[in-house]
Order: sequence, then C-alpha cells, then structure tokens
Amino acid sequence: MHITVPRKPRLVVVGNGMAGIRAVEELLKMAPDLYEISVFGAEPHPNYNRILLTPVLAGEMTLEETILNPLEWYAEHGIQLFTGNPVTRIDRVKRQVITADGKATPYDRLLLATGAAAAMAPVPGNHLPGVLSYRDMADVEALTKSSALGGQAVVIGGGLLGLEVAHGLRARGMGVTVIHRRAWPLDKQLDQRGGVLLQKAMEARGVRFLLGKETAEILGTTHVTGLRFSDGTEIPADVLVMTIGIKPRIELAQAAGLQCETGILVNDTLQTYDPRIYAVGECVQHRGQTYGLVAPLFEQAKVAANHLAEYGRMRYQGSVTSTKLKVTGIELFSAGNFTGGEDCEEVTLLDGSQGVYKKVILQENRVVGGLLYGDTSIGPWLFQLMRDGTDVSAFRDNIVFGETHLGDAGHSGENQAARLPDNAEICGCNGVAKGSIVKAIREQGLFTLDDVRKCTKASASCGSCTGLVEQLLSSTLGGFYDSTPKKKALCGCTELSHQEVRDAIVKEKLLSVRQVFAYLEWRHPAGCATCRPAVNYYVRTAWPMEGLDDPQSRFINERAHANIQKDGTYSVIPRIYGGVTSPAELKRIAEVAERHHVPMVKFTGGQRLDLLGVKKEDLPKIWAELDMPSGHAYGKALRTVKSCVGSEFCRFGVQDSTRLAIELEKNLERMWAPHKVKLAASGCPRNCAESTIKDVGIIGVDSGWEIYVGGNGGMKVRAADLLCKVKTHEEVLEMAKAFLQMYREDAQYLERTAPWVERIGLEKIKATIVDDANTRKTLAERMDFALSQEKDPWKEAVSGRLDIHAAPIRRIPA
Amino acid sequence: MEWMALGTLEEIPARGGRYVETPLGEIAVLRNENDEVFAVSNQCPHRGGPLSEGFVSGKLVFCPLHNWQIDLEKGEAVAPDSGCVKRFPIRMEGGQIWLGLQEITP
Repeated sequence: MHITVPRKPRLVVVGNGMAGIRAVEELLKMAPDLYEISVFGAEPHPNYNRILLTPVLAGEMTLEETILNPLEWYAEHGIQLFTGNPVTRIDRVKRQVITADGKATPYDRLLLATGAAAAMAPVPGNHLPGVLSYRDMADVEALTKSSALGGQAVVIGGGLLGLEVAHGLRARGMGVTVIHRRAWPLDKQLDQRGGVLLQKAMEARGVRFLLGKETAEILGTTHVTGLRFSDGTEIPADVLVMTIGIKPRIELAQAAGLQCETGILVNDTLQTYDPRIYAVGECVQHRGQTYGLVAPLFEQAKVAANHLAEYGRMRYQGSVTSTKLKVTGIELFSAGNFTGGEDCEEVTLLDGSQGVYKKVILQENRVVGGLLYGDTSIGPWLFQLMRDGTDVSAFRDNIVFGETHLGDAGHSGENQAARLPDNAEICGCNGVAKGSIVKAIREQGLFTLDDVRKCTKASASCGSCTGLVEQLLSSTLGGFYDSTPKKKALCGCTELSHQEVRDAIVKEKLLSVRQVFAYLEWRHPAGCATCRPAVNYYVRTAWPMEGLDDPQSRFINERAHANIQKDGTYSVIPRIYGGVTSPAELKRIAEVAERHHVPMVKFTGGQRLDLLGVKKEDLPKIWAELDMPSGHAYGKALRTVKSCVGSEFCRFGVQDSTRLAIELEKNLERMWAPHKVKLAASGCPRNCAESTIKDVGIIGVDSGWEIYVGGNGGMKVRAADLLCKVKTHEEVLEMAKAFLQMYREDAQYLERTAPWVERIGLEKIKATIVDDANTRKTLAERMDFALSQEKDPWKEAVSGRLDIHAAPIRRIPA
Repeated sequence: MEWMALGTLEEIPARGGRYVETPLGEIAVLRNENDEVFAVSNQCPHRGGPLSEGFVSGKLVFCPLHNWQIDLEKGEAVAPDSGCVKRFPIRMEGGQIWLGLQEITP
C-alpha cells in the first residue's frame, strides 16, 4: 500500500537582503503556512538594514543595531537560513539550486533577490588590496580598519554614495579627495548651479574635489599607493573607494538562461522568463528601469508576495523616486526631471549668500521635477504634488516658498523638522516627540509613514503632522526614503485604493458593505474603523436607493444622531434654518433644557444652539419634545448655512442673505458627504458671514451673487476660490448642488472640499459645472434624488422606526 | 459565580455592541461577524470611552473616542497603546446570552 503524505510546496529565496526578506515577510502575512521556505545568503549576517551603513562607518551605530530580522525570527517562522554559502547554479530542469558546497536544494518556486554589486572602473590595478567598494558590512569593516591608520583616501565617483562615504571617512580623520568625471558632483541629481553650491559646502568640511578627471591607472604593487589620470597627473592614496555606480547581480540568472539585460527582466507581477521564478530588488529590470532605493524594492516585494501567496491580483507599475543626500548639515533633495527641456517651465529661487537654491520644473501646470538645495523643507510636499499630478496654476508663482505661504497658518514655522530639538512635539494629538519618532525609525527599522503610525501613533489621528513625520523619515533614512507609496491602499484590510473600491461598487453593483468586503476579498471579513465608514459612504453615494445603509459601519455620532463628548454624554443641535429662529421656538428649547437639567446651553461656531451633556438614554425624549429636525451637527454631512442680516435690515446689505441661507439649508439638509460641509451667505462684500472660509460661500453684490468654493477655516486655513457669479437664487441653488454632488461623487471619504479642490484643480470644476449647463443640471438632479431618499433621523427615532439603542440591554440591580 | 440572562443574540447588532448596567459597573457586550460574543468593562483604558459603541471586527473592538484597539480575548490594548480592560465570561444557551458576574482573572 502506498501512503502519500502531502507536502508543502518549497520556496527557495536566493538573497538574504532587504528585498528578499521583505517579500518573505509580506508572504507570511498573507499565507503563513503555504510554503516550506529556505533562504540562501552570501553574507554571514542575518538580514540587516543596509541604509544604516554610513552611521556604522561613522561609528554612530554597531552592526547589531542594524539587524532587522534576528536569527530567532527565521526559526520562529520555520525558515531554513543558509548564510555564508552562496548559490552558484540554478538547475531549471531539475528545479533545484546548487550551493558553493555542491549541495542541491529543490524548489517549486524560486525567488531571486541577489541585489547589486559595486561597479569597478576597468583600469589596471583595480584589484589591488586597498581598493574597496561601499556596498555591505564587509566593506564598512574594511574601511573602518583602513581609516584607523589615517592617511589619504580617494573616492572615485562623486555620486550619492561617493559623497556619503567621503563624509564618513573625513569624519574619521582621513584626508579625502573625490574624483569625478563630470564638471560638478552629483550630476545625476543636481544641475551645475546646485552642484557648485554643494561642492563649496563639502570643501568647507575639508573634502577636496578633482573634477573632469578620467582615471587611467591605479598605482601600487602590493597595495594601492596612488592613481594616475588620463592627463598624466598623479595623486597619492592609501585607500581607494570605488563608487561609480552599481551593477545588478545577474550572473546566476544569466547562466540559468533567464532573460537579462542590465538586470533580470521581469513583468508586472515580478515574474521572470521562467514562470516558476520570481525576482525582486536591485537585481531586477522592470519596464527598462532598475532601482536602488528601498521604497520601490518594498513595493516590488509586496507584489511578488501577493503572487507567491496565490492571490494573483496586484501589479507593479514602476515607481517614481526622489533622492536625498545624507551628509550632516547639507540638505539636498531632487526628484523627476530637474533639468527641464522643451515645453517645460522653471520657477527658481537662488540665494547664494545663504546657500539656498530651489528649482521647480513645471509642464502644463503640473510639477514634473524639482531640485532643492540648502532648504529641503518643501521636498515631501513637492514630491506629493508631482506624484498626484496636482494642478498648481493657483499658486505656481509662489511654489518655491512651499505650502506655508498658501494659508497654512496652523503649522507655519514648523517645517524644518530636522532642525527641531528632540523634545519638540511633532504629533499634537498623541503627544509624540521628535526624539521618539527618530529612535523608532532607527531602532525598529521603520521605512514608511504607515510603519511610524503603527509604532509610535504619530500622525495616526488628525494627520496634520504627516508632513513633519515624512520629513523625519526622509532626514533619518536619507536617500533611501521614498515618501508614501504611489498608490495608497484604502486601509490595511485591502490593497485596493479608494478609487478602485468605488469603481468596483459602481461596476459590480455592490449594494452593501458586506457585499463589498466579500467580493473584493477583504483581509478582515468585518473590516476596520477606517474602511467600514468609507465603504458604507461609497455604497450609499453610488446607489442612493438600493444601497443598504449599515449602522454598524457608521461612526458612533452618525449612529446615535448626536455628537459624543469626552465623558460619553451627547450634544443635541436642532436644525435652525439660516440661523433664523423665533421667540416661541427659543422658549420651547429653553423649557426642554430646563426640564432635562441640560448642563450647558451654548451657541455653536455655526450660529446654532447646542444642548450639551445629554445622556444617550434621554436623546429620543428630548428630540420628541423639541419637535425640530436634526441639525446633523454630528455627521459627515451638511452642517449649517451661516448668514448675516442682509438687505432686510442691514443698511449696507444689497442682497437678502438670510432668505438665501434658509433656502440653501432647506434644499441641502440631510446631505451626507465625504466630510462635513459648511456653507455661508453674506448680503454684501463686507462678508460678515465669513463666506470665504466655507466649503461653499455666497457673497451678495449689487448685480447678484458671487459663489466661492473650497474654503476652510479649520486645521489649515484656506481662502475659497471664486467659482462664478450668478444673478438669481435659483442659479445659486443649482450651482451649489452641482458643486456638492461632484464633490460627493469624486472626493475620497474624509477629504474636505479644500484639499479636494486643490487636488483636482478649480479649472476642472469650472469646466464641469460652470461651462457645461447639461452636466450641471444632471448633477443637481442626482443630488435631489439622493436627498429624496433620506428621512429626518430624529423623527424616525421618535416614531420608533429607527432604534439607536439608547438604553442598556439590561439593568442588573445590586 | 452569578449568571444573568441578557437576552438573545439578535438584540446585539452584529459587528457592534450594547451595554449592560451591573453592580460591577457598565459592561459592554460585543458581537463579532461570526456571532462570537465578548463581555468587557465598558470603559476604554485610554480616556474611558464607551466600548459598546465601537466597531467590532474579529477579536478587536475599536474605541469610538480615539480609535484605540482592544483585543477582546486578551483584554489588552493593541500596541503601541497599552492598558487593560476587565473581561467577563459569556455563555450561549438555547439562543440566550448569559453573563457571568465575575471578572475573568488570568
């Protein structure tokens, strides 16, 4: 009798570095028990953080502190690790890898993550002792040993790595000369102007430069002693470091007959020519590109893992990268096309005395590249604009001054995260100081914004410090940090973006949160606090009639139809259209407040009355006695329409703003939206209702009404943009509805109109609803239809058709 | 141990919760997507938020005030936060939910 024991498929990983192990980590998250995994590494160490080579060289950190996955990690996950025993051959026919000791290990799937090696200049003497590269811990150890003897170091290649190593060796007391073929250092990241500034700054730190020099020969017989250039001149050298570039390690793949060019060729699923073999990291060539920064490698690792886990859904579509030099005291940032060209425009700022140079390249009002020297604080923001393809026409002239000059009153002066002291509070919501963020990034090996959020809570609440945290990531990780991933997943429960989820809801007619989670194979069947409200909103907006509203996917406020307070009580704000009330209504509110001993009665910022400190149990009673509609002051919804007195009483008023405010509020009440929506109507240009900091603000002028959109007076002040001018109330109503419906259908959940308008651009909004009367009308009709499906929640609760679970399920007496 | 009848499963919204007033204080009764029921003190260790109003997913409840995540099996906040909630035993019998009025001690 034959008994067949089912065995797990075998995954062999060649390469024990950051890309390979990241892929394994991602795979374990998705399918922890799918494979029997073996990892082969040429180096004797477990996976360490290659980004931290320079701190180790400079003596600020030890090798142990850079270990990302200690040996116990491999054991815990049942991974067999073979270090110091490189794979020398792949036998694709027998499906096995052969190691240096001649042993064969079979595989079902093979993952190549062989990385890259330093390129060596093909000149005589390049194999002499004392000629080093700067790629791994062995190089760092060799450099540390050599530098202890002092003397002269020569660095060939003035790129990012070359300058960092020059800085490190200079810090260790060596005399350092950087040789570069081009007329200025870092020519791949800097134009001439920036290059000269950088050169001066490095020279002030004692690093010498020999530019436009071609190395002809490395001198020495038993050890390097110097080098000769093509022009016949010579300089002495005790140590020589070659940093002219990196070369993907493809020898293994090539010998196995896999297609290679500069790197190992892979498709969008990171699969090589052989479908059983995947490849990730620096050894890979994808759509003609090779990458050396950590973020693209991690993106690749995620996609490869997804396919190895047999999910088969993600695609890698290449990465946009930016670089930052990690030399203490020198700030440099560059991204994309920074040289410009035909049909490109430049905005530049040069302050030679302060050593500041900024250059932004624009193409059709979008940022396509940039270069920052001396002050890189706007780098992450610029990079974001570039990747999102934001229309910058509104602020292009000031773009080199950064976001602070665009009304960012809440956070001005805090942009220099790197210069803040360690005890400076970065995240005001969770009380996280700069020191603890930097410490976590270094010691726990964090690379992304999400990592920092998870580990420290910084930027995990209101998000207004996200820019600062990104700056800390970038200044701590240097050139390897690539800010946020290209595509932002909605949350940790899925790989899909907001837009992809929305598209699926429309296309597949998904009518409930549960259906969406099931159809799109959510990682957690019940989602989380981020995706549940978002998806519920998307379902309701796409299918206002058929879509199921799931109370358990609403934030507590929208489920209780009241605003929860810090002590667990609630606040009640009835709707008072346009802020116009009557003595009778005021009396009734006062009596209800007295009868229920409401601890505080207060006017809100939006001209309404707020009854604070109400117990959940009392809510339905109070609603019944008030007999007024819900003010929706608790929801991602239309809040209030503020108004000034207007022409009815005011001696300056030219339009009846109170009547318009009431009409707007009656037409838009019960409107759910991606975020809260606030309106205002002023009766003359004195603008007493503050219409210019509202999502939609109306200002009366002699000839009619001006309509402003995208204003905000909260976390980040933003003055609204003038959308158009109209004559009648009806036109105002239609325009406001069309604008808000466009916002409802397009903006991401929790994105307010201000960032949304900036993201998609005012021009697009004008073209859609001002210039195109048909679209405006259709949008307004869709809004009317959606609102016709909504009922007043307080009336529903009072009549018993809606249960807010006001009382406890049981009371157990003592 | 004193067992008190709470009601039927249907009275607790799936992926959400209710609370019960007891001599030991308010206790949150939470039901997840697989109809597992958990009972913990109705006070987030952070600022006392009512956990009965949180999102429930798997073994976690998300506090409605500041989004702390509490592991309902361990009775502990998920890192990087730290703090504990008291856990109470639940028994399901014939569609009835029974709550044991004695804290589970580890």
